[in-house]
Amino acid sequence: MTAMAVPLGWYLGLAAALFVIGLVGVLVRRSLIVMFMSIELMLNSVNLTFVAFSRFHGTLDGQVIAFFVMVVAAAEVTVGLAIIVNLFRLKASSDADDVDVLKA
Amino acid sequence: MTPLLAQTEAASGSAEFWVFIVIGAVALGSALSMVLLRNAVHAALMLVVNFFAIAVLYATLDAQFLAVAQIIVYAGAIVVLFLFVLMLLGVAGDQAFTGRIPGQKTTAVLLGLALFGVLAAGVVAPFLGEATACNIPMEQRVEAEGPVCEGLAVANAEGNVRGVGFLIFTDYVWAFEVTSVLLVIAAIGAIVLGKRREDPAELTDAPASAVPALRDDDAASEEDAADTAEPAPTGSGAEDDEEGTR
Repeated sequence: MTAMAVPLGWYLGLAAALFVIGLVGVLVRRSLIVMFMSIELMLNSVNLTFVAFSRFHGTLDGQVIAFFVMVVAAAEVTVGLAIIVNLFRLKASSDADDVDVLKA
Repeated sequence: MTPLLAQTEAASGSAEFWVFIVIGAVALGSALSMVLLRNAVHAALMLVVNFFAIAVLYATLDAQFLAVAQIIVYAGAIVVLFLFVLMLLGVAGDQAFTGRIPGQKTTAVLLGLALFGVLAAGVVAPFLGEATACNIPMEQRVEAEGPVCEGLAVANAEGNVRGVGFLIFTDYVWAFEVTSVLLVIAAIGAIVLGKRREDPAELTDAPASAVPALRDDDAASEEDAADTAEPAPTGSGAEDDEEGTR
């Protein structure tokens, strides 16, 4: 396979940009659900980094790690959304600023 | 700048270059609009576009198994879960941005740009240049018309799924088993968290009228009974509606 591949740095740059967009989303948005989506975006950008490095090194270990990240993300979304539903039952709101006390 | 242009020229002959440019633009655009759109359902749909774009990038990076898993797990399951919760809570429209801290938006964007600068200088810059497409020693790479990128061709010789599966069930088998425990715990946790309390009206700060859909079945059935016991106001309301339409 003799192809002029795209340099690794370009993929890393794209992943860094996606990570930063997700980070700004978490910091700027107030809706808990949209903050959660931004976290998913950040997880995906890190996965992209893993896969890009996997090709760079010519081993599949990075892809396996990305697979495990996917599994953990799925578990995290399940529990996180259940917590958000519960919070909505308590506060009748999905706004992060309304959840500022630990006491129910 | 000049080396970057040279790289661009060198890489522009390949299909991967154009796929990267187009799909990278789609990924960036969908990510930005996900953060900027006020409607949460629109944001979730933009997230689907972003996940598909990343799946295409996985495919170009010789990670076919992950590309398909990305579409099934993320676009198929996780976003559906998001949309389901959005519909369940009915909080889709017009989500505010702000925050209580003054200047939060500006600070967040500045901090994000600073982080991007650090990442670009520290992580991205060392791996720019056509010599860094793969981690192959330079002497093996100089071939007929350009650098040879073996990449995962050797590791994927028997197929990507086979390679990944072999690694998962040999080197990473312990992590894989722990993962199954984690998924079970997450499923049980979600069920426990999702279980309704005996009387949600006592648990909520808001007045009961603010959360009519969240009251338990007894209260709802009582309300229904009250409504049916007094047919006069509902009947008059219907008549009013009819008059309104006339």
